[in-house]
Amino acid sequence: MRSYRRIALFGGVYSNHLALSAAIEDALGRDVDGMMCLGDLGAFGPHPDRVFPLLREHDIEVVKGNYDDSIARGLDDCQCGYTDPRDNHFARISYRYTFDNTSPENRVWMSNLPYEIRFRLGDLDVLACHGSPRQTNEFLWESTTPTHFLDKLATDYSADVVVGTHTGLRWNRSWGEQRTFVNVGALGRPANDGSPAVWYAILQAEARDMDVEFVSVAYDHLALAKEMRDEELPEEFVETILTGWWTTCLEILPGKERAAGRF
Amino acid sequence: MTKALPTVRPGDHAIAVLPAGPAARNGTDIVPEVELRALDQLWFQVSGTVCNLRCQHCFISCSPENHSFWFMSRDQVAASLAESVRLGVKEYYFTGGEPFMNRDMLGILEDTLQIGPATVLTNATLLPQRVVDRLAELSRASRYTLELRVSIDGVTADMNDAIRGPGSFERAVAAVGRLAAAGFLPIITTMQSWPDHETDPMLQDFHQVLADVGYDRPRLKVLPPLRIGSEASRDRPYDEAEAVTVDMMAEYPSDLLLCSSARLVTSTGVWACPILLDYSSGRLADTLDEAVAVPARLAEQACYTCWVNGAICSNMPGFAMEQT
Ligand code: SF4
Ligand code: SF4
Repeated sequence: MRSYRRIALFGGVYSNHLALSAAIEDALGRDVDGMMCLGDLGAFGPHPDRVFPLLREHDIEVVKGNYDDSIARGLDDCQCGYTDPRDNHFARISYRYTFDNTSPENRVWMSNLPYEIRFRLGDLDVLACHGSPRQTNEFLWESTTPTHFLDKLATDYSADVVVGTHTGLRWNRSWGEQRTFVNVGALGRPANDGSPAVWYAILQAEARDMDVEFVSVAYDHLALAKEMRDEELPEEFVETILTGWWTTCLEILPGKERAAGRF
Repeated sequence: MTKALPTVRPGDHAIAVLPAGPAARNGTDIVPEVELRALDQLWFQVSGTVCNLRCQHCFISCSPENHSFWFMSRDQVAASLAESVRLGVKEYYFTGGEPFMNRDMLGILEDTLQIGPATVLTNATLLPQRVVDRLAELSRASRYTLELRVSIDGVTADMNDAIRGPGSFERAVAAVGRLAAAGFLPIITTMQSWPDHETDPMLQDFHQVLADVGYDRPRLKVLPPLRIGSEASRDRPYDEAEAVTVDMMAEYPSDLLLCSSARLVTSTGVWACPILLDYSSGRLADTLDEAVAVPARLAEQACYTCWVNGAICSNMPGFAMEQT
């Protein structure tokens, strides 16, 4: 099991290679001794294959997300479980585009990713997953995740700290004897807050004392928007990149999180 | 962590070819069973079967006179909430009857929102401004979400009131307006009483009706009919072939079903789910602790609706993922 003192954790990349590249640069300037990505490499953005070289070049370990699993295995959809017809419409466009533009080599590479990675941070046992330790596509939102439920997960999966991304909105909570859950946010799209910046997390621990820091990354989102338009991706997706507000995949948001956004 | 589930989703079985109905159980009385995977959802029959309305489609035939199940007190609910912490419950749901007929309802929500997210299934005819204001206060005071799920069964008073009773449309829509103004995004549920091809225009009309009272980004959920209780006579009961058999469960990811992750606490015992309230097969045990160890029995034809559509009762459908 690898051991770290200070690690950068990246959430869903959603093909946003420009944000990933900016986040890597940013993290390297912040004295981290490791970088990890919690999955969902493709979706939403342009040119999915541009993400993989960045991950390999910087030796970034990657957890398999539900999107990666779907693309790798050629499933019919992304396994996000939308029932809303509008959400489904956009999810299908995004999935089809990503599937068609991901090379067979990268699909094989994704198929070999693990569903969880365990590591040590200081004296803490950390479990990195995509959604939850028990199910890759489980949504853990801040407003629908009771602390006693997190405690059960931590106990069932023998971890002091659980980190995930799936929802794409950052939050963290600590309880009891230094147990912590962190949703590291996402690099792929902004945090539904009216700002185009994206977020990742840095975790640092000494012995069993841990700090969680969320870092906002401003990147060339205008260039990304241009690439998306050149690829004829839906204008609704471009709008999110430009404005910071989520315009699609809204069904899955709980009332509290949805009310904080515009749509 | 090994879980081999076919990725079947609600809707995949929309037009299922049925091998056979209950008759295919060969008279041996073999009923498919579903084990509880984890107690993610704890439901409360918080107003029993007592309701101020008497809807034509109510699958448990609630009405002002139906006292088969009685109100739960704040203390009764609090005892289950305490137990739920140990069991690691994820979400709390409150149903009836009409939950806001329970005088303890606001107190119950106050207790619940201290430990987790709460969803109330309501007909929204008993939500005056005073109650809406209090709900908004409770919501603001909690880190957890408070969801109001409002049943409206038509886009006009005529259409809705034919099912839900005179005046219910106007009162519910007005309450939705108050909830929206107070910062809520109520989930509007509606039972599909129209043919599939009318769904899109119907949803557009819903958007318009709700926008007219100031709710301009509605969350809409169309539910299939449960052909039991009053609905069996309003439209039609289940066909003989509409039932879940052991064979039908062989390749089916039972994670999709509510009973794989939920239990319903009532004033008189614990049930597998809110749908089978009127059936003795749905009653699992006296206490929650016992009921988590007893599998649900898919003995009733209503189970067929779940089999086709997934966890229709949850805010989000149940969904499985193959993971190796
Ligand atoms: S459907 Fe709901 S509102 Fe109507 S009678 Fe039944 S419980 Fe009451
Ligand atoms: S009605 Fe649905 S949730 Fe209830 S026991 Fe049957 S299948 Fe399970």
